[in-house]
Amino acid sequence: MNWLTNFVRPKIKRLVQPREVPDNLWLQCPACSEMVFHRELQKNLKVCPHCDHHLRVSAKERLAILFDNQKWTEIELPSVQVDPLKFRDRKKYTDRLKESQAKTGLKDAAVVAHGTMGGLNVVVAAFEFSFLGGSMGAAVGEAIVAAAELAVLQEAPLIVVPSSGGARMQEGILSLMQMARTTVAVDRVREKNLPYVVLLTDPTTGGVTASFAMLGDVQVAEPGAIIGFAGARVIEQTIRETLPEGFQRAEYLKEHGMVDMVVHRQDLRDTLVQLLSLLLHRDPAAPVVALDDPSRKQKRPRRRIDAKQLTSPPPDPSVPDAGLFDPDSNGDGSDKA
Amino acid sequence: MHFLEFEKPIAEIEGKIAELRHMSDGDGINIAEEVSRLQGKVNKDLRSTYAKLTPWQKTQVARHPERPHCLDYISALITDFLPLAGDRNYSEDAAVIGGLGRFQGRSVMVIGQEKGHNTESRLKHNFGMARPEGYRKARRLMELADRFSLPVLTLVDTAGAYPGVGAEERGQAEAIARCIETCLNLRVPIISMIIGEGGSGGAIALATGNVVLMLEHSIYSVISPEGCASILWRDGDQAKTAAEALKLTAQDLDRLGIIDGIITEPVGGAHRNHQEVFSKVRDIIANHLQDLLSVEGGQLRARRREKYLAIGRLSET
Repeated sequence: MNWLTNFVRPKIKRLVQPREVPDNLWLQCPACSEMVFHRELQKNLKVCPHCDHHLRVSAKERLAILFDNQKWTEIELPSVQVDPLKFRDRKKYTDRLKESQAKTGLKDAAVVAHGTMGGLNVVVAAFEFSFLGGSMGAAVGEAIVAAAELAVLQEAPLIVVPSSGGARMQEGILSLMQMARTTVAVDRVREKNLPYVVLLTDPTTGGVTASFAMLGDVQVAEPGAIIGFAGARVIEQTIRETLPEGFQRAEYLKEHGMVDMVVHRQDLRDTLVQLLSLLLHRDPAAPVVALDDPSRKQKRPRRRIDAKQLTSPPPDPSVPDAGLFDPDSNGDGSDKA
Repeated sequence: MHFLEFEKPIAEIEGKIAELRHMSDGDGINIAEEVSRLQGKVNKDLRSTYAKLTPWQKTQVARHPERPHCLDYISALITDFLPLAGDRNYSEDAAVIGGLGRFQGRSVMVIGQEKGHNTESRLKHNFGMARPEGYRKARRLMELADRFSLPVLTLVDTAGAYPGVGAEERGQAEAIARCIETCLNLRVPIISMIIGEGGSGGAIALATGNVVLMLEHSIYSVISPEGCASILWRDGDQAKTAAEALKLTAQDLDRLGIIDGIITEPVGGAHRNHQEVFSKVRDIIANHLQDLLSVEGGQLRARRREKYLAIGRLSET
């Protein structure tokens, strides 16, 4: 080890072999256009540090935000009939499915997992918006049904986190029927007096809002999320007027009595834990690390999420809200069951 | 008579018949033979045209302005009809008709969407596009029916729920979701009929019956062909293609196992012979109602819920 090997050689190496510098380490916030370093964004749970804009998160990132220690057990979902209508628009539906599967590493647009939140056993169904716009076909319907059944089986609260454009057109009437199907499923949870909480995230529209997503015992929304039945463009074309400021945003819905609360992503987990503890007559949630301590009465500490658990490849700047999660990284703590 | 685009050849012959009749009125010439020959041709053409309607043509028939609408069925099939109004929260919504009445002497609750038949009534009923109040009213009436053990008959005919600012502010999505929920939970028989257009969430809100029937040329779809074309094809003119891809005809839905039966329409569509449609519908409702009335309430509810819970499940298809 000398000056030659330590200093000169690397320098030459660098000249000959250009170091691979990942592009797109910086991401432009779609709301305020400020540049944010991707690590900082991850640390901040994908909330813009400049303007508090909540960027979309993937289903797996959502699970990491919600569950204790980012640990959960994902359940295998029953298979459904693929492409029942043999649908083809400009592309074959089966091709669209394959593309989304390759892009997200998921079978369809919803993931179901169970684990603990503040020590409480909870079932979560989270939507993946980057999978065909989180649209609901038979597979997503199946996910909600499976999540509801699991909640009933485990006598656990059910939290559904939709992020969806609505029913999946490519499955035609079968997707419309999922509205009735998911409604029955979540009703069964409620009939067992288990809490059913919906966390509305950007965007939740169409057939998803007009079924299970608006039937929560408590409706929580993320700031700025678009939530509504009809699309803004459709409404504008119908009434031929410009829409009011903030129309269909979470805050607007709260003002109109449609959601109970709009909660910042940093406070989300604590709020949900508080809510479930109150509904279930539990003591204030214990610190996550002291689960086996029977004398847990201390004040609940503010939970910090380890940013390293969420690290992922740099985002594609051409897709402002592209999911940052890398399904191959396996840093999510999930183990498939 | 309002003729559809694909009925043009038929319209021409009917025009000729009218002309001949007019001439004979003036001159006293006997043209009966010619008229009956032409009439025969019209019937033959109607039969062959309507036997092989494309999904897009069916969409047009389903939306035909002279097709019998909700109120027509009510006045034909229901005696003693007593309309009920209002959602008890905000307002009355005339897009949804609801009320008590008698079907073959038995007390029933009837709920349906009314599109209207002329400009004035179309405006009054908002073209059959309900606001949240309409769904909340429907829900209220379903609960009323449940309390008094009245079978519910729903008549679905809507392009969809109304997309408006006020409708969104007052919770269109929540109103539809609750309506579906209530419909699924009733302990009384529910018979749902798609009489024209079954447009998306606005339709399914009233259509989760124990028995779901469709008229032969009605449609039921997750999105209108026009809407689907503009989203998936980025071209609203592809509606015809979208109509085919969506599998929205009564025959498609029957094949997919979504509905429980198809009600045959008169030759040339329901709009050509209202009475024939009413009498068919009356018989079919009577049959189904008799079957359902022998089932206990809890069973009716459980079966209905099981039926919807299973749609899309692999073992079922």
